[in-house]
Amino acid sequence: MIKIENVTKVYPGSDKAVVQDLNLHIEKGEICVLVGASGCGKTTTMRMINRLIDLTEGRILVADQDIHSVDPIKLRLGIGYVIQETGLFPHYTIEKNIATVPIELKWDKNRIQERVRELMGLVDLDYEQYAKKKPSSLSGGQKQRVGVARALAADPPIMLMDEPFGALDPITRAKLQNEFLDIQARIKKTIVFVTHDIDEAMKMGDKIAVMQDGKVVQYGTPHEILTAPVNKFVENLVGENRILKRLSLITCGEQQVNSPIYNLPGDEETLIERIAQNERLSTHQIVGIAGEEKTPLGYIPLFKYDRGDSTPLLDRIVTPPLTIHQNKTLFDALGVLFNTGERGVFVVDDEGRALSFITMTDLFEAVQ
Amino acid sequence: MLELFSFIVKRQSKIFELLGQHVSMVLTALLVSIIIGTIIGYLITYNKKLAKVVIYFCSMLMTIPSLALFVFLIPFLGIGDKPAIAGLVIYTLLPIVRNVYVGLTNIDPAVISSAVGMGMTGLGITLKIKFPLALPVIFAGVRTSVVMGIGLGAIAAYIGAGGLGEYIFQGINRGNNNMILTGALLIALITIIVDKLMQILQKKAEGMIR
Repeated sequence: MIKIENVTKVYPGSDKAVVQDLNLHIEKGEICVLVGASGCGKTTTMRMINRLIDLTEGRILVADQDIHSVDPIKLRLGIGYVIQETGLFPHYTIEKNIATVPIELKWDKNRIQERVRELMGLVDLDYEQYAKKKPSSLSGGQKQRVGVARALAADPPIMLMDEPFGALDPITRAKLQNEFLDIQARIKKTIVFVTHDIDEAMKMGDKIAVMQDGKVVQYGTPHEILTAPVNKFVENLVGENRILKRLSLITCGEQQVNSPIYNLPGDEETLIERIAQNERLSTHQIVGIAGEEKTPLGYIPLFKYDRGDSTPLLDRIVTPPLTIHQNKTLFDALGVLFNTGERGVFVVDDEGRALSFITMTDLFEAVQ
Repeated sequence: MLELFSFIVKRQSKIFELLGQHVSMVLTALLVSIIIGTIIGYLITYNKKLAKVVIYFCSMLMTIPSLALFVFLIPFLGIGDKPAIAGLVIYTLLPIVRNVYVGLTNIDPAVISSAVGMGMTGLGITLKIKFPLALPVIFAGVRTSVVMGIGLGAIAAYIGAGGLGEYIFQGINRGNNNMILTGALLIALITIIVDKLMQILQKKAEGMIR
């Protein structure tokens, strides 16, 4: 969708290239994150795509068309643009701000209003409450919601996002990131996303381009960047605890390595058999126990019991059961276990039914 | 006091005539000044160096003593309205040029950059974004200009432009305190009223962009 080919940018009056012979192909429907320290050329690269900055050498193709063969105004109207400072027009109402591009495109009034309603719904802002307000009466998070809605207004196939959540507090940032990923899952835009925060890059990116001194040093999926950093620089960027970061790439629902769940009533015999087995293995294994309708009941630490123990199975269950939603990441699961000091957590669906049971050992194996 | 009052009542038609002359002279000058000043102030936003030179030049014009400037214009424009208006334009230009320039250049760069990035045209940005946002600063400049203009308008009577200054000069010549007071008080009064009106406008403009 976006092809950056051998692009170099040298600012007039400087002999050093900000971006040097850069190549990058961004696939349709993907979020490509440009990540790197300030001054690495990531923002310059982004701004060359909508021609806010003109490239010195090379070419950029958007939908197979050289951007320098298109009128810049026309090009930009087809590319959503979100920046950290939001850049909302302070003298316009929220409604008019969102309608900026449709107004430029001369849509008719009703269509614009309908679209604004739809978009405000999409970014979770109440139309009746906020449409006629000015940006100054909104919180930072709300302003950025408007920024995103405004960029989406004319349904452009491409979005450029320059540290869109960078100015927000961590809680609001995480919330907006999640909401934006939900929106993206539905609208499937091709997105170039600039950030200096590697964790944000891991979270948001389908692909990550790690940049240094105007060059892309590594381009790949978050998993590739984490597991196979090409050099010391990328390794340092992803940090010492990159194993931990990998946990946040996998959701609990996706996790393959997990411990068995036994249903009570139903699985008494296999469970007793299992306890006997465990005695021989003498591992610190625990198993999850679910009741009727797959309701999590708790867990049984197998290593605590030997074959001759006559405690009824139901009395051996350690309660209450910990649960985590299947869309949460393994990192969240680890947090739950650490916070409570428990050994295993049930992965549940929307109805609270146990899907799997994840223990500390499973988490450890997941990242090996 | 009573004497002054009866003087005003007796001469009211002449006073109104002078007041009208004064106001129309200042307003005409101001209108020209706003048009020229806005155009100059806008154009110099494209060149920082030029902007410095132009603003410096305008402030230099302001340092010329007003009487000297009015008199200097007589050989070119004769006596009466014309040199008076021209002089007033020259004097009131600086606050407008400067404030238009400052107002247009001091807009949050993120706002401009997002407007450009979204595909607004240069003209669209100037008219829909830059000028509305610069309006409070521009109004402040116009306010300074109009207050100055009304005061300077009194001196214009010296070169035969009429206005309330005529009463002041005549009063001085004839030793007529009522005339002097009438002219001076009325000038002060309209200055205060216009200043207040402009202040309200300025506040309104500020409210619009907040």
